[in-house]
Amino acid sequence: MTASFLATRLTMLVVTVLVASLGIYGAFMLAPGDPATLLVGGARKPDPAVLDRIRAEYHLDDPFFAGWWHWFSGCLHGDFGRSLVYRDSVGHLIGERAGDTFALVAYAAVLVLVLGTAIGTVAALRGGRTEALLTAATSGVMAVPTFIMSVLLIWVFAVELPWFPVYGSGTGFGGTLSHLTLPAVALAVSWVGYVAQVTRTSVRTELRGEHVETARSRGVPESVVIRRHVLRNASGPIFAVSGVGIAGLIATTAVAEQAFGIGGLGALMIDAALKQDLAVVQAVSLLFVVLFVAVNTVVDLVSAALDPRTAQGGSR
Amino acid sequence: MSAAAPLLDIRGLRIDLPTGAGSATAVHRVDLALAAGEAAALVGESGSGKSLTARSVLRLLPPGAEVHGELRFAGESVPGMSRTRLREFRAGEVAMVFQDPRAHINPARSVGDFLVEGLTAARGVPVREARRRVEAVLQEVGIPDAERRMRQRPGELSGGLLQRVMIAAALAAEPKLLLADEPTTALDVTTQEEVMAIVTEAREARGLAMLFITHDLELAAAVCDRVVVMYAGSTVEELPSGALHHGAAHPYTRALLASRPSVGDTASGLRAIAGRPLSGFEVPAGCSFAPRCPRARDACRTDTPLLRAAGTGTSACHYPHITEEAEQRA
Amino acid sequence: MSTAPAPVLPSAGRTPPVRRRRLDTATLAAAAVVGVFVLLALFGPLLAPHDPNAVDPLGVNAGSSAGHLLGTDDTGRDILSRILCGARASMAAPALVVLVSTAAGTALALCAAWFGGWTDRLVSGALDVVFGFPGLIMAVLAAAVFGPGLAAPVIALSIAYLPLVTRVVRAAALKERSLPYVSALGLLGASTPRIWLRHLLPNLAPLILVQATIGFGYALLDVAAVSFIGLGSQPPAPEWGLMVSNGAPGILTGQPQQSLYAGLMIVVLVIAVNLLGSGLSRRLPGGAA
Ligand SMILES: Nc1ncnc2c1ncn2[C@@H]1O[C@H](COP(=O)(O)OP(=O)(O)OP(=O)(O)O)[C@@H](O)[C@H]1O
Ligand SMILES: [Mg+2]
Repeated sequence: MTASFLATRLTMLVVTVLVASLGIYGAFMLAPGDPATLLVGGARKPDPAVLDRIRAEYHLDDPFFAGWWHWFSGCLHGDFGRSLVYRDSVGHLIGERAGDTFALVAYAAVLVLVLGTAIGTVAALRGGRTEALLTAATSGVMAVPTFIMSVLLIWVFAVELPWFPVYGSGTGFGGTLSHLTLPAVALAVSWVGYVAQVTRTSVRTELRGEHVETARSRGVPESVVIRRHVLRNASGPIFAVSGVGIAGLIATTAVAEQAFGIGGLGALMIDAALKQDLAVVQAVSLLFVVLFVAVNTVVDLVSAALDPRTAQGGSR
Repeated sequence: MSAAAPLLDIRGLRIDLPTGAGSATAVHRVDLALAAGEAAALVGESGSGKSLTARSVLRLLPPGAEVHGELRFAGESVPGMSRTRLREFRAGEVAMVFQDPRAHINPARSVGDFLVEGLTAARGVPVREARRRVEAVLQEVGIPDAERRMRQRPGELSGGLLQRVMIAAALAAEPKLLLADEPTTALDVTTQEEVMAIVTEAREARGLAMLFITHDLELAAAVCDRVVVMYAGSTVEELPSGALHHGAAHPYTRALLASRPSVGDTASGLRAIAGRPLSGFEVPAGCSFAPRCPRARDACRTDTPLLRAAGTGTSACHYPHITEEAEQRA
Repeated sequence: MSTAPAPVLPSAGRTPPVRRRRLDTATLAAAAVVGVFVLLALFGPLLAPHDPNAVDPLGVNAGSSAGHLLGTDDTGRDILSRILCGARASMAAPALVVLVSTAAGTALALCAAWFGGWTDRLVSGALDVVFGFPGLIMAVLAAAVFGPGLAAPVIALSIAYLPLVTRVVRAAALKERSLPYVSALGLLGASTPRIWLRHLLPNLAPLILVQATIGFGYALLDVAAVSFIGLGSQPPAPEWGLMVSNGAPGILTGQPQQSLYAGLMIVVLVIAVNLLGSGLSRRLPGGAA
């Protein structure tokens, strides 16, 4: 991986976050009516004195960029402002909920990586009927979005077969695991399908590779051939799509949290959006965008390191 | 040829490959014997089955391929080997050098990993010992800065250098037989010469036998003791290298010799062999060369000729050219 | 097509000949399923046996019966009628998303590919930024700003989907632009808009159609998800995503039918759309997988 590749990706990360923060901050300038009214929460009739205080506190009368910088630099320091609807600091609200979201996304990410690559590899190595079956299953599952999978899982594994708790996030490691299993599966399942399919095709391609034949011609044991030549060489694309999948989990965790009543960041964002509490929505969506972009960047860097061909500008 | 059991003994080899509908025969009848330390060249037009023949020695055929006939290495039947024995055999007794090192060496791993793997993963040699041996072989094939090269990726090496790496990998296994499938075709002329010189030198130093596949008849005669000619999936002639130019008895071999470009030839002086080369899949009854053969007679279209002594070598032809030299001896 | 005289170039009249492969059975079946859904979107209300919003306090959460083939929901509304009438609401919003993002994305892509240089860098850079913004998050943000309802999420998703279309079309347009016939047309004095409309766009159309088909699958899922979390379609609209969430409490008490049937409609349509998209893309020149 070249230094310039690293520099480009990091610059892109910073630029994307800056522009996204401008977009997020600017969005509520677009809002119909007075932004101050929105900050109180669109539903209620505000009192003019309160509105003035809010204007001052949020620097609403400042020029756009000054106001944005005030907000954005605050966020960088961990000061996300106050929520008038929840009557709490936004930073505190986020801090309370980040743990559940992190646990859920991490759990789902493990599922995507482990199950996705395992299913794809088995399909490619076994071939024949196993492959056809797994391919059909993974394509089917890819069309089932998180919210429908949530409902299905609740119906099958919490109501018909009462194996898992339905709502909440549980306490302790065991409790968290059992509470988060269904939501993590619901969140991960379509990405598992996707990663499995990409794994299958890239393992198949690598299996046909001439360098694999060389390894076999030298008497290298088949298990080593699979690990060091087939999987090792397929790992670039596999990791790249897994990374896109994990970033995708961050984007859709809100849906799973909502469906399973988990009080994470996603649920907070939805609740705040319903109440039109813009201070919270802005902060949480900025956080999600930063995470999303950061994961994508890390994935790009790692897959470039895994596959020297992409880092050299795709020319072999 | 020595009277003792040859190192490699191929008799009546037939290879059927799976096709869309059933299977088809790609290699019909190959007879070939190679003594220890001896080098034979396998020549013939594209698609004549040279690579399949060489690969069958390592059982490195496409999945579903069926091998018939006899294929013995040092008296042991190769098709009869168990999986474990086959791995051992591949790891230590026969090594193969492929045409395109860039495709045949894993681009994602370092050159050192590639070189060492044949000893560590395949033979259980400790890594340190394997590195030591590999470095020595690298020196031998003309790669002086071995340590640096081993840290590099294949993509950072030139084609000639990579082919030396491939040869070093083969030599490091200390095999008794080297299968070289057009090892220089992908290289430029000067590099070709260097690489062939390295192979010849290493072979002489180790008493290594070689089956050398090439399209270059001159090269074949220069580096090998004998030349074996294949056409449409069968061996059609075998003769000592020295007799290639004047002692070829099979019309196909003679046509190959006539069609080969050489210095001083003008374009008009080149004689291409009339007609299209056949692959093993489409051989007619009788002699497979008959449709293109200027000397073909009725018998050629009905009876399949087998290898038998003709001139200085053996030839599968009903009406071989009998050269004066051979006639005098007879 | 026939209004203007064809340029005097051999075979440059329009598309360089493309080998047409026949569509396979799976693709045809998928196309048929999508066709049925489109018919439902157009004529669903005519087929509905009941008023989709007629409540029946005496017949809530009923199972299947002759009167209510798919049963009733928690307020006694006929589920079959709601599903049939919901086709339009469920498919119109994603269709709009695809229409807007495809039209705008194609225009951006053509500008970027044609003018190159700074235009290209600006468009590509801007799209990279948009790509860093997940569609669902953008939709939630928009809903927070403009209030719940489909309008805001549709606008947000249209923007979020721009990179999807633009990247692919830009790459194809660049390739097309470099073909000799395009510069030949320029030399012959054909104007830029004419080249775009009569040559570039028709040649890119199959690719754009495939992208739009694939995009529709994504958009359908995203719009339904936004409705599911309560920020899209509002009750009592018979939209499928909203029906899945309306039915969720029923699942716990053993009445999963509303969620399941509505969810099934979404999944079947998405599978059909995906199959159709990949089937069509296989028929594109050079499209093997
Ligand atoms: N994996 C395979 N699957 C199907 N057919 C094959 C395969 N490998 C080789 N063949 C066929 O077998 C025949 C002989 O192939 P082979 O590679 O041995 O020819 P060759 O003499 O080495 O030719 P070249 O000089 O081009 O390397 C050809 O007709 C080829 O098409
Ligand atoms: Mg060959």
